[in-house]
Amino acid sequence: MTLAELWVQQLLNAVSIGSMYALLAIGLAMVFGILRLINFAHGDLLMVGAYVLIYAVAAGIPFWVAFLLSVAAAALLGVLMERLAYRPVRGQHEVVLLLTSFGVTMLLENSAILAFSPRTRPFPLPEALSGVYHVGHVVMSGIDLAALASALVLLVGLNLVVTRTKLGVSMRAAAEDLTAAHLVGIHLDRVVLAAFAIGSALAGVAGLLWAAKSGRVEPLMGFTPVLKAFVATVIGGLGSIGGAVLGGYLLGLAEVALQAVLPPGLTGYRDGFVFILLILVLLVRPHGLLGKAEGDRV
Amino acid sequence: MIERWQARVRAMSLLAGLALLALALLGLQYGASTYVQRVAVDIGIMIILTVSLNLSNGYTGVFSLGHTGFMALGAYGSALLTMTPQVKALNLPDLPAWLAHVHLGFLPALVLVGLAAAAVALAVGYPILRLTGPYVAVATLGFLVIVHIVIINAQAYTRGARTFLGLAPLTNLWWVYGAVVVTIYTAWRIVNSPIGRAMLAVREDPVAARGAGVDILRARLWSFAVSAFFTAVAGALWAHFILAFSASSFWFAVTFEVIVMLIVGGLGSISGSVAATVALSILSEVLRNAERGVTLFGYHTPALYGLSQIVFALVFIAFIVYRPQGLFGDREFSLWPILARWYPPLREAVMAGRQLAE
Repeated sequence: MTLAELWVQQLLNAVSIGSMYALLAIGLAMVFGILRLINFAHGDLLMVGAYVLIYAVAAGIPFWVAFLLSVAAAALLGVLMERLAYRPVRGQHEVVLLLTSFGVTMLLENSAILAFSPRTRPFPLPEALSGVYHVGHVVMSGIDLAALASALVLLVGLNLVVTRTKLGVSMRAAAEDLTAAHLVGIHLDRVVLAAFAIGSALAGVAGLLWAAKSGRVEPLMGFTPVLKAFVATVIGGLGSIGGAVLGGYLLGLAEVALQAVLPPGLTGYRDGFVFILLILVLLVRPHGLLGKAEGDRV
Repeated sequence: MIERWQARVRAMSLLAGLALLALALLGLQYGASTYVQRVAVDIGIMIILTVSLNLSNGYTGVFSLGHTGFMALGAYGSALLTMTPQVKALNLPDLPAWLAHVHLGFLPALVLVGLAAAAVALAVGYPILRLTGPYVAVATLGFLVIVHIVIINAQAYTRGARTFLGLAPLTNLWWVYGAVVVTIYTAWRIVNSPIGRAMLAVREDPVAARGAGVDILRARLWSFAVSAFFTAVAGALWAHFILAFSASSFWFAVTFEVIVMLIVGGLGSISGSVAATVALSILSEVLRNAERGVTLFGYHTPALYGLSQIVFALVFIAFIVYRPQGLFGDREFSLWPILARWYPPLREAVMAGRQLAE
C-alpha cells in the first residue's frame, strides 16, 4: 500500500464514521437550539429503529420497506417523546430538561430489555450492502458506501429544507430568538414537532448504519453513539446545525487520527482522549466552532 | 433563653437519635435474617451516596453526572489497599511491586481512598466547575466515561472488564452506619457553616453571590471535593460488601439510581435524601424480587428483567414534571415544631423568642 493509498483509506474511514456522527448530531443540535434541551434519549431512537427493522425483516417484509418503516418509527418515537415527556417541562432550567431526558433514556432502555430481552441479536444485512470493494489497495465496504451516500443525500436535502422552506426558516428563527420568533407569529409547537421528527428520522438512518457496521443490535446500543454525537455537537457549537455536521466529521477524523497515532498499548484509551477533547473544547471555546457565544462562566 | 432551650433540645435529640440508631442496629444484628441485614447495609450505602451527591448537586447548582467515577475509585482503590499480598499475587499478578506489598486496615483504606478521590475532584473540578448549567453536567459525564475507559484498560490494577475478586468481607452494619452518621453530620455542619451559606448563595444566584464577595469557584470546589470523599468511601464500603464487581458496576444504572433518590428527596434537603433513599431502596428491593418472577394466588409471573428500573424511571419523570422540588424541597425535617406543639413551656418560649425578634 502506497502512502497516498493509506491516506485515502484513512480519510474514507474517517468520512464514513463521521457521516454517522453528523447524522446523529443534527437532531441533538436542532432540539438544543430551540429548546435548550440536551436529549440523552436521542440514542435510543437508533436502538428502537434497529429493532423495528429486525422484526420487520423477520416478518418477511423486504429490506428497503423495512428500512423506511424503521426510520418512520424513529421519527414517531421522537415526536411522542417530545409530546409526553419534554413538553410538560418546556422552558424550565436546562438541568431539569437534561434530567428528564435521562429519565426517558432509562425508561426506553429498560422497556427494551423487558420487551426484546437483553441479549444481542445479529443485524440482518441485505446482500446488496454486504459486499467489499477494492480500488487499488483501498478497501471499502458496502456499508461505508451507504453511509457516504445517505449522508450526502440527507445533508443536501436538509440544507434545502432549512434554507428554502418556510418551516426551515421558522426553525432557524426559533433557535435564534424564541421570544422574537413567537412575536412574529411562528407556531412554536409546530417548529418543535418538526425538529423532533426530522432529527429523529436522521437518527433512525444513523442507527441502521451503526447497527449494520457493528453487526449487533441490543437494548443499550444507543449510548456510545449518542455520547459521541454529543461531543460532535459541542465541538461544532451546541445548537448549530452546520456546527453539528462539521463536528461530526471532525470527530470522525480525530478518532481515525488517534487510532493511527496512539502507540498500540494506548489505543484502548482512544475514546478517553475523545472525551478529554470534549472537556478541552468546553473550557477553551464553550460555544464551539460555529455556535454563538452565550452563557456566563465563573 | 430560647437559644439555651434549642441547644439543649438539639443535643438531646442528637443523643437520642444515636441511641435509637444503635438499638436498631443491635436489633438488626441479633434479630434479623441475613437478607434483611444485607438490605440494611445496601440502604446505608445508598444514603451516603445520595447525601454526598446532594452536597455537590443540591447546594451549589453544579449538577454532576460523574460521581459514580469517584465511587469506582473508592471501590478499586480500597480493594488494592486491603487485599493481602498473597491474594494480590493470585488475582493481580501484574501489579507494580510497591502496591503488591501494601496491606492496610479497613479504616486507613477508607480514609485514604476518600482523600484520593477528593484530590482527584479538586484536580478535575478546577477546570470544569467554571462551566455552568448543562455544560458542567456534560463535562462531568465525560469524566465518568474517562474513568470507565481507564478501568477497562488498566488491566494490571483492575482486571479490565473482567470481574474483580479477592476482597475480604470487611463491611458490616456498624461500618456502614458509622459512615452514614459521619456523612450526615459533616454535610449538616457544612451546610450550616459560612461556606455552606456561600454555596447556597451560589446556587440561588451566582451573579449576586459574586457581588456579595463569594468566591464561587472555591465554594463549588469545596463541596465537590467533600462530596467526592464520601462518595469514594461509599464505593469502598460497597466493594467490601458485594465482594465481586466489574467496570460495568460503576456505570449509568447506579448513577441514575442515586440521581432519582436525590431528586425525589429534594435538592438541598439532607433529611429528604435520607427519607427518599430508604423508601426507594425498599421499593427497589421489592421490585427486584418481582423481576425474578413471583407466585401470586397460584399464578406464577414470568421473569420481568428491567421492571425495577422502569418503575424508577416513571417515578423520576413524574416527580420532575409534577413535583420538581421533591418530597422535602430544600427544607429539613425538624422535631422543633412537633415538640413545640406537645410541650407548652417550649411553645411559650418560641413565641417569646419570636416577639423579641420582631
